[in-house]
Amino acid sequence: MDKNSNIDIINNKLTKFNLTFLNNEQNLILQINQAELINVCKILKTDSDLDYSMLIDVCAVDYLTYGESDWTTNDATNSGYSRAVKQTIIPEADETFTNRFAVFYQLLSLSYNKRLTLKVFTTESNPPSVPSINKIWNSANWFEREAFDLMGIHFKGHPDLRRILTDYGFIGHPFRKDFPTNGNLEVVYDEDEERVIYQPVSISTRPSVPKVIRDKNDRK
Amino acid sequence: MTENNLTLNFGPQHPAAHGVLRLIMELDGEVVKNLDPHIGLLHRGTEKLAEIKPYNHSIGYMDRMDYVSMMCCEHPYVLAIEKLLDITPPRRAQYIRVMFDEITRLMNHLLWLGCHGLDIGAMALFLYCFREREDLYDCYEAVSGARMHATYYRPGGVYRDLPEQMPKYQANRYISEKKVKRLNYNREGSLLDFIEDFTDRFPSLVDEYETLLTDNRIWKQRTVDIGVVTPERAKDLGFTGPMLRGSGVEWDLRRKQPYEVYEELDFLIPIGLNGDCYDRYLVRVEEMRQSNNIIQQCIQWLRDNPGPVIIDDNRYASPKRSDMKHDMESLIYHFKLFTEGYSVPKGEVYSAIEHPKGEFGVFLMSDGANMPYRMKVRPPSFAHLAAIDEMSKGHMLADVVSIIGTLDIVFGEIDR
Repeated sequence: MDKNSNIDIINNKLTKFNLTFLNNEQNLILQINQAELINVCKILKTDSDLDYSMLIDVCAVDYLTYGESDWTTNDATNSGYSRAVKQTIIPEADETFTNRFAVFYQLLSLSYNKRLTLKVFTTESNPPSVPSINKIWNSANWFEREAFDLMGIHFKGHPDLRRILTDYGFIGHPFRKDFPTNGNLEVVYDEDEERVIYQPVSISTRPSVPKVIRDKNDRK
Repeated sequence: MTENNLTLNFGPQHPAAHGVLRLIMELDGEVVKNLDPHIGLLHRGTEKLAEIKPYNHSIGYMDRMDYVSMMCCEHPYVLAIEKLLDITPPRRAQYIRVMFDEITRLMNHLLWLGCHGLDIGAMALFLYCFREREDLYDCYEAVSGARMHATYYRPGGVYRDLPEQMPKYQANRYISEKKVKRLNYNREGSLLDFIEDFTDRFPSLVDEYETLLTDNRIWKQRTVDIGVVTPERAKDLGFTGPMLRGSGVEWDLRRKQPYEVYEELDFLIPIGLNGDCYDRYLVRVEEMRQSNNIIQQCIQWLRDNPGPVIIDDNRYASPKRSDMKHDMESLIYHFKLFTEGYSVPKGEVYSAIEHPKGEFGVFLMSDGANMPYRMKVRPPSFAHLAAIDEMSKGHMLADVVSIIGTLDIVFGEIDR
């Protein structure tokens, strides 16, 4: 597969739009503006030289703690493993969500046997939103519901944006980085009330393994 | 909505729902008007859990995605890590992976065939299919020690080489010597001998299943023209694997975007014509025959080509136990690998394989640490189940069971 020519083809077909190519040729990521998403997707699907007939996956990413480590030490043996009980520090999230949420779309062209990843940052408003591409590829339906449920991203124009994976009546968006891994509520059987009740969790997150020191170990 | 419509709850504890699927059905008499699947009853947040663990610790979680085709779920995860680290496993490891991918495909399709048959009323088939699955589980056990959740694939290869001996049955007061001899007849040699014996027997067993079903009048009445999906709709709905091929689209990642050693192997891609449940049945049965063929080719290669099964780089692969006894450096590498793991360069990568159910992909994002920043699994059945409403509209209530069967859904991967 000649990916260089792929960049050229996409550039030629999408001259009107603001495109940024990320990553290497092996797995191409095309970053676009969320306002242009619908128009770009329409061309990507219908143009006979591109023909991305399938939407394989939609993945939402929260960049809140990107590149941060739980322990900012340069010496792993400095104070031993007792540090592992320290609570994971979650930075204060600002309400504007600048460059915080991104959505990755995996596209597949059956006729040209090519893949393309689209990357779109959401709006900075609260809740963050991107236009829904459900009308272009129907497979987006549940994948967008999933991203809404787990990451709290609103897909404008989605016909049926309900929660899909979490429990009935769940509060919060569990895959956001400021949502604790152990959750907020647990269910227990209450003997006095003789029913199952919700109560705040009685466990806390313990990082089982230290994050390694990047400077020394990162090869690139 | 007319007043004649009946709203009916199906599942989540229904044996034909293949797990914990809850359907809210709107029926007009016996005709399905609307279907609203409620999923997530098996949601365990695997992707979130992977974010707080070193890369290697999550391989075992991947087994629990699609828990009827375990190693195929490990495969794209391991491939994604390998892509980010820019390492390639030795050839022998790639052949072992391909062989076990195909063994897994047989396991998955046998379970699917048995349960799909059982749903529609063919009880005997279920027993035959599970008899054969037992042998394949023994292969898993021989190679990894676990019958289901193997954690066998590792970044850079596979955990250990194929064993020279198969575990054998032993006589006790319940099993006589004579019976033990009969049970052990194909366990005298190595694992490869055992698998070869299986592949020799298997085509005739598939013939047996086919005599029970392929021309069976009841089977055809229950599956022909049920849940028809046109090729255009199949693409639009994100169908992959046998669901897409059943609709007549020639697409198989093993052939189109070959990974590991599939480009060297000789196999055919069956496709359907009408896109109904019967065609998808035929596609899957033929896939079993082709998988059997691939396994035989792998056995031949693996016999002729001994060698290492994991890369010789102690940053990612554990040193030998015998080296650790006298070599300090090996001991340090071992300790570092199993405590803090390894750092993966920054980047995003999507890797996908042809899982028995369709395209199983892993989107992996690293911020340079020893744990993934974000790991997203692309489950094939998730996209398939999303289409159940469209596929069942206008069909009778009993056909919904055929359609659930033909989707080949497993909730481990749908709910994650």
